Amino acid sequence: MSILVGEHTRLIVQGMGREGTFHAEQAMAYGTAYVGGIAPGRGGSETLGHPLFDTVAEAVEATAANTSVIFVPAPFAKDAVLEGIEAGLDLVICITDGVPVLDMLQVRKYMQGKHVKLIGPNCPGAISPGKAKVGIMPGHIHLAGRVGLISRSGTLTYEAVAQLTDRGIGQSTCVGIGGDPVGGLNFVNCLEMFENDPDTDAVVMIGEIGGTAEEDAAAYVKAHMSKPVIGFIAGQTAPPGRRMGHAGAIISGGQGTAASKMATMATCGITVVHSPAAIGDTVQQVLTARGQI
Amino acid sequence: MKIHEYQGKAVLRQYAVPVPRGEVATTPQAARQVAQSLGGSRWVVKAQIHAGGRGKGGGIRIADSLHEVETLTSELLGHHLVTPQTGPQGQEVRRVLIEAGCTIDRELYCGLLVDRASGQPVLMLSPAGGMDIEEVAATTPENIFREYIDILIGLAPFQARRLALKLGFQQKEQQRDFVALVQQLYTAFCDKDCTLLEINPLIVTDRGKFLALDVKMQVDDNALFRHQEIADLRDTDEEDPLEVEASKYRLNYIKLSGNVGCIVNGAGLAMATLDLINQAGATAANFLDVSGAATAEMVENAFRILMADPEVKVVLINIFGGILRCDVFAEGLLKAVHTLQADLPIVVRMRGTNVEEGQRLLSDSGLNFLLANNLAEIKDKIVEALGVQV
Repeated sequence: MSILVGEHTRLIVQGMGREGTFHAEQAMAYGTAYVGGIAPGRGGSETLGHPLFDTVAEAVEATAANTSVIFVPAPFAKDAVLEGIEAGLDLVICITDGVPVLDMLQVRKYMQGKHVKLIGPNCPGAISPGKAKVGIMPGHIHLAGRVGLISRSGTLTYEAVAQLTDRGIGQSTCVGIGGDPVGGLNFVNCLEMFENDPDTDAVVMIGEIGGTAEEDAAAYVKAHMSKPVIGFIAGQTAPPGRRMGHAGAIISGGQGTAASKMATMATCGITVVHSPAAIGDTVQQVLTARGQI
Repeated sequence: MKIHEYQGKAVLRQYAVPVPRGEVATTPQAARQVAQSLGGSRWVVKAQIHAGGRGKGGGIRIADSLHEVETLTSELLGHHLVTPQTGPQGQEVRRVLIEAGCTIDRELYCGLLVDRASGQPVLMLSPAGGMDIEEVAATTPENIFREYIDILIGLAPFQARRLALKLGFQQKEQQRDFVALVQQLYTAFCDKDCTLLEINPLIVTDRGKFLALDVKMQVDDNALFRHQEIADLRDTDEEDPLEVEASKYRLNYIKLSGNVGCIVNGAGLAMATLDLINQAGATAANFLDVSGAATAEMVENAFRILMADPEVKVVLINIFGGILRCDVFAEGLLKAVHTLQADLPIVVRMRGTNVEEGQRLLSDSGLNFLLANNLAEIKDKIVEALGVQV
C-alpha cells in the first residue's frame, strides 16, 4: 500500500518554470503518473507530452488529477496552495522555501474541515519507492520495502534513506514534512498513517531542534503505536536563539532542545539514535530483533 | 529579523500605540539636548542593542538631571554591554534612547507570537510585567492569560475584553483603552509580518493610561520581500561580520566557537554534521548550509568565508547530492582551494553520481584532502586531520 503517494497518484505540477518542468520530467521517469501542469497564460499548450492549464480547477476537470506539487516562488505559494485546496485535490505538496509564516497560518485555517492533506512548505516531498515520486528527492537512492520515514529535513532524509538502502532495507514511503515552524502534515499525522499501513513494519522519524512536534509525536507513539519507531534529532550542539538554516529550527526560551526531545522520545518507547551515522545500523538491529529481516 | 527598540517604537507610533516620548542619540551632548527638549525632571537612558536582558546588564538607567543624562550616556556609548543574552564579550553600544520618565502604577506583560503547535497567533497577557516571561511560565503559569486568534477573523473585541477582566480592569474606559491597544498591536503584528511583538512592560501610569514602555519586535525573514521599510532597518553592527559577508552570497552561515570549519548542503544535514564533529571530540567553527542544490560556485564562496575565520584549522565538506556530479564538484572545489591558496587539511565526503572519479581527482591533486565515504568515516577523518594539525 504505502501512504500518501503511490499507484493511485495522478500528479499535476503548479509552476511549470525551469524547476517545475525538470521535476515533472523526473517524476515521469520514475514512473509517476504525471497528467499535466499549471502555467497561467500558457493554458491550451502542451509540454512533456501533457497539457498545460491556466488553473488547477481546469486541470482537475480534464485529467482527474488528485495530487499537486508546487514550485512557484515564495510570494505566490499561499495562492498556489489555496488554489489546489479549492480545486478539491486530495494532496498538495509545497516544495517552495521561504514562505512567510503568516501566509501559512491563513492556509492552515482555510484547510480546517476539508479533506485535503498538505505537505510542506520547504520540504523535499514524498516518495513511495517503486511506485511514485512527488518531489525533489533523488529517486535512485531509494529501495522499495517496509520501513516508513518521516523527516523535517531534505538532505538529511536522503542520508538516512541511503543508510537504509545500503543495508538492503527498503522503504514503504518517505515523507519530508518540511523545516518551517508552521506547515501541513506533522509527525503525528504521518505516524498514524504508517501505523494503519499494512505494508509498513517500522518507522524512522528524523526531527530537529525547535517547537514541540517531536514531543507530540512521542506521546502519540506511546499511546497508539504498535510498530517500532526509531528516532534521531539533529541539532544536539546547536546554540540557543539561532535559526539553524530552517525557519523552524530554533531553541527559544530554553524550549525545543535536542536533549529534551531525545529524553521524551526515549521515555515514550522510541529507539533514539545519537549519531547521524548510526541510523541505518539501529534500524537494522531493531528489525532483526523483531525477526522482520 | 530583529530591530532596535527605538525602531519598534517608531513602528508602533504609526499604529497609534501609546509609547513614551523620546529620541535616539549617539553622543552625550545630543542626549542632553533630547532630554532638554523632552522637558521634565526625570529621564530614562536606554542602550540600544539587539540582545535582551539590558536592565540586568545595566543598560537601562534613570537620570535625575540633564548632567546625569550626559554622564550616563557617556558611560554607555562605545562600551560593551554584557547581558544574560550577549555572551561574556558583550555588545558594543552605539546609540541610546532618551525618554521622558513616567510614574508607574502597574506593570504588565503583553506578547503576540505565532503558536507553532496550534498554527495560530496567540496574544499573551500577564500581570507579572517586567519579568522574563519564560520564568513566569515556569514558576507561575497560572499568571499567563492566552487568547488564540483566528487569523481569518482577527482579534475579536470580546477576546480582548476577556483578558482585560482577567487583568482586573473593571472600569469601562480602561477596558475600552485596553481593547483598542491590543487590537492596534495585533494590526501591527499582521501588517509587519511579525513573528514576535512583545511589550514588556506594558504599564499603567498613575493617571490610569496605558504606555508601551519597551518593545521587542521580530519580523519574519521570509516576509521581508514585502517589507522593504523593515529590511532597511537592519543594523549589521549587531551581527557577526562574517555572517554579514555570508549573507551577501545568500549563504546560511552562523559563527560558532570551534576550529572545524564546515560546509554542508541542507540545514538538517548541516546540524547533524555539527553533532558528528562534536562526537569526534572536536567543535565546529560554524554552521554553513549551502542549500540542498549545492553548486561548485556556492562552495567557493563558502570556502572564502571559512578562510576568513582565523580559528579554522580543519575544513569539513559534507555534500549529499542526488543528481550532483561529484567529478564536476571536485573540479570546482580544486579551483576554489587553488584560488584561495588554502593549505589546511580538508575532509571531504560527497555522495552523488561519479563519486569514484570525483575522489580520484581530489586524491591525485597532491593537496591535503582526507576522503570519507560515509558519515561514520567523517568522524575518524576529523580526528586524523586535527592530529595532523597539532
